Amino acid sequence: MPHKTFFQFMAPSLFAMFLFILLPIVSIVVQSLYIEHPAVIRVTETCQPLAPCTTETTVDAAATAALREAQPLGQFNGLGTYLDRNHLAFAEVAEVFREASGPRDVMTGLYNLPLYRALAFTFTYTFLVTPLAMILGFVIALAVNTVPRLLKGPVIFMSLVPMVITPLVGALILYWMLNTDGILGAALQSLTGDPDLSMRASPALTWVFLILYGTWTNAPFSFIVFYAGLQAVPKDTVEAAMIDGASRVERIRHVVLPSIKPLILFVLLVQLMDNFRVFEPIISFNAGASATSLSYLIYSSLNTQTTQLFGSAAATSVITIGFIAVLIVPVLLRVARELSVAR
Amino acid sequence: MAVPLEPRAFRRPPWLIWVASGFVLLWLFVAAFPFAWTVWGSFKIQADFFSRETWWNAIFGVNTLRVTGSAFTTDGYYGAWVATGFWRSALNTAIVALFVTTVSLTVGTLGGYALARSTYRYRFVILIAALFFRAMPDITIVSGYLLPFFQLNLWGHLPTAIIVLVALNQPFTLWMMYSFFQGIPRDLDESALVDGCTRFQAFRLAIVPVMWPGVITTGLFSFLLAYNDFTVTGLVLSERNQTMVPKIASYLGSIQNEGNVMFAVAAVVSIMIPIFLLVMFFQRYLVSGLTAGAVKG
Repeated sequence: MPHKTFFQFMAPSLFAMFLFILLPIVSIVVQSLYIEHPAVIRVTETCQPLAPCTTETTVDAAATAALREAQPLGQFNGLGTYLDRNHLAFAEVAEVFREASGPRDVMTGLYNLPLYRALAFTFTYTFLVTPLAMILGFVIALAVNTVPRLLKGPVIFMSLVPMVITPLVGALILYWMLNTDGILGAALQSLTGDPDLSMRASPALTWVFLILYGTWTNAPFSFIVFYAGLQAVPKDTVEAAMIDGASRVERIRHVVLPSIKPLILFVLLVQLMDNFRVFEPIISFNAGASATSLSYLIYSSLNTQTTQLFGSAAATSVITIGFIAVLIVPVLLRVARELSVAR
Repeated sequence: MAVPLEPRAFRRPPWLIWVASGFVLLWLFVAAFPFAWTVWGSFKIQADFFSRETWWNAIFGVNTLRVTGSAFTTDGYYGAWVATGFWRSALNTAIVALFVTTVSLTVGTLGGYALARSTYRYRFVILIAALFFRAMPDITIVSGYLLPFFQLNLWGHLPTAIIVLVALNQPFTLWMMYSFFQGIPRDLDESALVDGCTRFQAFRLAIVPVMWPGVITTGLFSFLLAYNDFTVTGLVLSERNQTMVPKIASYLGSIQNEGNVMFAVAAVVSIMIPIFLLVMFFQRYLVSGLTAGAVKG
């Protein structure tokens, strides 16, 4: 296809992506270098006869608003936002390491810093939910491949629902069940005999339930893809392995898994992308106090009662994109190479 | 009925079939129960669905019977749809989802076709860039919009959310349509070119008639993306223009404390219904979309 025709066909798509994906990336980089104007403070001195002069400081609301109106971006702050306590906080991190008397202290110290707190949950969630959901999905696929045909239709139907359900809604219906006045939360209390065991009281339990939700909603994707992959495993190879006396487990390890390896890579990539952006379940579980993610941090900078903290949100966004570049790009390039070899 | 002839060794031992069936049934229960429970509970009052005494209340509706005179009540639905204006949000969601789906399909189909038929290296650059865009959380990009949107007075309106969602949806749509068009033989449109058609005529006459399975599949995922979105609609739309998902989130903040959490439950069940119908009628397309080796929505 000649260049001109190609770009004529691509133009609307490229235009949309340029305007609403590429420019916003530039925009967050710029925004992250600025910070909101502080409120304009006016100091007035009142002197009355026979009394010492008093000074009074007031916030000049009108002047503050005018200043913010004139320079909506705020004032230039350089890398200040990146380095402050709410972001990379290098000074605080150095202090934690200086004062800490052991690895436990370091962990607690870091966990008190918002960005590191969010990183802790985001990474835990991504690197637990991804393998758990993939393993569960694979086991379901193997099981469905074994059962009578009658069950397959309903299983595929019911598996698609937790996957395509609105994330906020899916998390919410689980939260209502897992809460102390929900069926599962109450059952857990009576099983353990601990009437105080609740998500509100125990951050650890909140983490566990969020990871359970993640596995529940992500496993179906692995299941569907792997199930389709199982149908394409060459029968001859399986048969040959069987004649050679390979057991069921050996056949899965040495024949089935290698033949669906491209699918495993593909699912891994998609799952890493999706889990790293974990956001809605934290809103649904009302879990901001015990579990935050990078996306949640950005959201809470933007969703404030008073002034929106654009600089802060932008800095967190840039840091997030940096992590994605480091984490996901290697997997992404690997998949891309496989794709270009396959075609 | 004919019994499929399989080599003896391929037959599974009965114990394995029992174990596998048990596991599959267990998964079926785990996948379905939360939905069934919530649908059932949405017809109760809060004292039953969130019973502090026993969850049998949620099943039999003891308090619901006492308060409303029947074991089932539609108070939650009335409160959500009529009293708190959930109907307006439903309408907004319908508008947003409809426009996002049609526009991103139109734009993405053209782009995907060009990517599949081009032979130059730069198409890989575009595809990889699209994949990287797909990897970035939506909210990182949305945080770049807000300030410009406030300045340009674009914030709060439905068309703004639609355009933003179309753009965020492009990487995925491009990849889906690209891999779909790869599967359509080149001869089909190239013979039209030989006959003297322009590229666009070839696309319209030779490709459009056979592209509908791919378009439907991609369209379903675009629809779901717009329908399920919280990040864009939650931050870009004003309260009046809210779609269903941010509306549900707003119930959580305020109304939960007032004892009307059942509005949220009813709204949640309402938003689930179209998804159920979609899965029911388009199951085959959804499965083929997931397994096409393309990127999930």
